[in-house]
Amino acid sequence: MTRDDGAPTPEETMTIAAAREVKDGQVLLVGVGPPNAAANLARRLHAPDAVLIYESGAIEAKPVRLPLSIGDDDLAETAAEIVSVPEMFNYWVGAGRIDVGFLGAAQLDRHANINTTVIGSYEHPKVRLPGAGGAPEIAAASREVIILLRQSRRSFVEKLDFTTSIGYGSGPGERERLGFTGAGPTVVITDLGILRPSPEDRELELVAIHPGVEVDQVREATGWPLRVRPPLETTAPPSERELATLRDMRAAAGTAA
Amino acid sequence: MPRSTQLSLRDAVAEHVHDGDTVALEGFTHLIPFAAGHEIIRQGRRDLTVVRMTPDVIYDQMIGMGCVERMVFSYGGNPGVGSLHRMRDAVENAWPAPLELVEHSHAGLANAYVAGASRLPFAALRGYAGTDLEHGGAVAFVECPFTGQRLSAVRAINPDVTVIHAQHADRRGNVMLWGLSGVQKEAVLAADRAIVTVEEIVDELEPRPHAVVLPSWVVTAVCHVPGGAWPSYAHDYSKRDNGFYSAWDGIARDRDRFRAWMEEHVLSSSGDTVSVGGES
Repeated sequence: MTRDDGAPTPEETMTIAAAREVKDGQVLLVGVGPPNAAANLARRLHAPDAVLIYESGAIEAKPVRLPLSIGDDDLAETAAEIVSVPEMFNYWVGAGRIDVGFLGAAQLDRHANINTTVIGSYEHPKVRLPGAGGAPEIAAASREVIILLRQSRRSFVEKLDFTTSIGYGSGPGERERLGFTGAGPTVVITDLGILRPSPEDRELELVAIHPGVEVDQVREATGWPLRVRPPLETTAPPSERELATLRDMRAAAGTAA
Repeated sequence: MPRSTQLSLRDAVAEHVHDGDTVALEGFTHLIPFAAGHEIIRQGRRDLTVVRMTPDVIYDQMIGMGCVERMVFSYGGNPGVGSLHRMRDAVENAWPAPLELVEHSHAGLANAYVAGASRLPFAALRGYAGTDLEHGGAVAFVECPFTGQRLSAVRAINPDVTVIHAQHADRRGNVMLWGLSGVQKEAVLAADRAIVTVEEIVDELEPRPHAVVLPSWVVTAVCHVPGGAWPSYAHDYSKRDNGFYSAWDGIARDRDRFRAWMEEHVLSSSGDTVSVGGES
């Protein structure tokens, strides 16, 4: 893929919108897939001092190439510190030293709870997904969480088939009741737009649509009656620099990471 | 304490890995003991309970070859690529046999090893609360005797045998590994027996940054298996073969293609050499 391909794909718009949410200097816990691309893109654009932490034990990793897995050799070679996995989860993630946990999901509900375990019943799943990984504790203890996933009726569901990681549980007060220290998901970025939890009842509301996307299209791709918070904004289109940087980064990695 | 013995990989697996054992092949993306997993497949072990935080391609292969009855894990994907298709086929279609799952989060399973290494019955942590993971039987809740906080508890894991790959062992059987060190120390100290495959046998272990040293009296057997982590990698010896991890998606998707690959690269191999760079 080259920068001459023209218009951004919906997935590229999603990754760039997520990268924009990162503030310079923040401590980021980076998961596999789109979060990895978004965090590394932010570091190449407006957030050169963002601190990247990978659950494999690499702290302050500065990968030259976009890594495919969260344990690539480039991460260990460029990290300021390397810790064991128990230390990572106990001293760093669990203790609340992460500013932003970046998570993906297979299914999401209106309170930003996440399923990455199974589609269908647990005993006889239609699709067996990878499972929890680091997400339950990242979701519980990070100061805030950014969730990235493509939006469709299959992914934005009325009821999760399995609750792997908690967003806001059943609504206000639930995180506190469960003893979680972090604020929870502050934004959900999809290929169609941006959702944020309502300050009143923590239900996700559409706050922005990407260029060329209609509100009805987002409603159609949501498995519950979607609330729109006025004034609905339109995401600024990806700039030439954002798009070129993302495409160069992926071309250099030679993968779809 | 008895010190470790240097054995061939074939003899180490024959002597120390038995049908029905609980076996942990650890290594978090880095230093995954693939060659040892292949030897377990070649020797036809059955009914194993396998433990690994990230089952990765190695357990996909062991599951597809029918070695595994139960798997304890926390992330069963091909990192950055997608599904583990042999694991999915076993769970979704019971092929080649049904697969029982005990699943954790990374924090939970890492702490279960810590408890095991500490010879404590459980470890406490935050997390799990409110999720469906707590209903799997591996997790319970306890009240902190000092503060009254409700915490999750995970049952300790104590494998019969843990298998890891490391860069160096010295001639006395002391082991050193460096780079991303995962949960290897905990998994070795939690187990009754430990087999370590190494890139190199050296006269002296040299101090290095981020190194983990396992003295020979906590290791059962050391096997000299250069390249034994491929397609994973050994820091300062090899790079992760991301091309193979991507290619595995196509190989593992199809039962016949999977069997053919295993036949060619694992079953018909003597195990004396590692098929590094094995093409798809």
